[in-house]
Amino acid sequence: MSFRTEHEIHQRRKGRNIGLGLSLAGFVVLILSLTVVKVTRGDFALSVQSSTATQEGN
Amino acid sequence: MADATTNSYNSEDEASFGDFFALLKPRVMTLVVFTAIVGLLAAPVSVHPVIGFASILFIAIGAGASGALNMWWDADIDRVMRRTRKRPIPAGKVTEDDALYIGVALSGMSVIMLWLAANLLAAAMLAFTIFFYVVIYSMWLKRSTPQNIVIGGAAGAFPPVIGWIVATGSMAIEPWLMFALIFMWTPPHFWALALFMRSDYDDANVPMLTVTHGRPATRFQILVYTILLAALAIGTAFTSIGGPVYLVVAVVLNAMFAKGAISIWRRDEDMADADDYLVERKFFRLSLLYLFLHFGAILIEALLKPFGLGGW
Repeated sequence: MSFRTEHEIHQRRKGRNIGLGLSLAGFVVLILSLTVVKVTRGDFALSVQSSTATQEGN
Repeated sequence: MADATTNSYNSEDEASFGDFFALLKPRVMTLVVFTAIVGLLAAPVSVHPVIGFASILFIAIGAGASGALNMWWDADIDRVMRRTRKRPIPAGKVTEDDALYIGVALSGMSVIMLWLAANLLAAAMLAFTIFFYVVIYSMWLKRSTPQNIVIGGAAGAFPPVIGWIVATGSMAIEPWLMFALIFMWTPPHFWALALFMRSDYDDANVPMLTVTHGRPATRFQILVYTILLAALAIGTAFTSIGGPVYLVVAVVLNAMFAKGAISIWRRDEDMADADDYLVERKFFRLSLLYLFLHFGAILIEALLKPFGLGGW
């Protein structure tokens, strides 16, 4: 006999956890995509150039 | 002891993921998403699809967060009004504290992420929109003046401006025309709702125009705002975001909207009671189509421009 009877509340909590998990996974994918786009477009080129110039100055 | 705890716990009150999602007012979010997309695509600067998608998502989350904060603040009157009684807090699914924490967390996250994804000005405008909806409208105006939805309507009008700023990084006159369109559309839209929701606002002590100035005055104000809105909406056709497609849509829709407003103005409560507010309900439904099609026409004009069409 099992003591862990599946209750409707467990299903609801499971659905909530899956929903939250998928939301977080989607957020991670979005951040990764944004980073790739911004790096490949050269959005950070200015800061790289300025740090190179600083190093050369030293 | 464990048995007693289990038996006294009502599992029906346990929130599902959908209940938390409902806190974000998904139906309002669809309007925010659509008008923000139009603002973004009508701008003369193209945006990378990933940045555009992320920005629209964060604008939507920001709008949803303000919806959650609105539900937290208005939980007491939401319990009274028929229209809002099934929302997650009055239904007992989500606690007021949970709504507050979710609203604050998502507000902060959406603003910071929009800054990182797009630019600081767009993020600042989103932060101001959330502040305007939660503090200016929900906390201050809604319960203190019949001008609540007139001024508070501005909160719902900011998304196309934010969308435009995401693309351009700066202000211009065109997104403010879109802002004005939603701003002027909000009063007749909500006053029509207030007419056929009857005693809802009275019961909750919300000073809607129907409560403070009476229903005949509300019917007249709907007509006044509809005429002003028509002038603005048709005038927008001759600006850089308008064009022949928009002009045709605006003329047809504003003629229908004005006809509806005149019908509402000519009616009294006995006539409205007799047909269960049929004209007012039709006008409310038309108002949803009105805004969607006006912004749809602006979008069409913008999408036609790369092909040498669209605009004048």
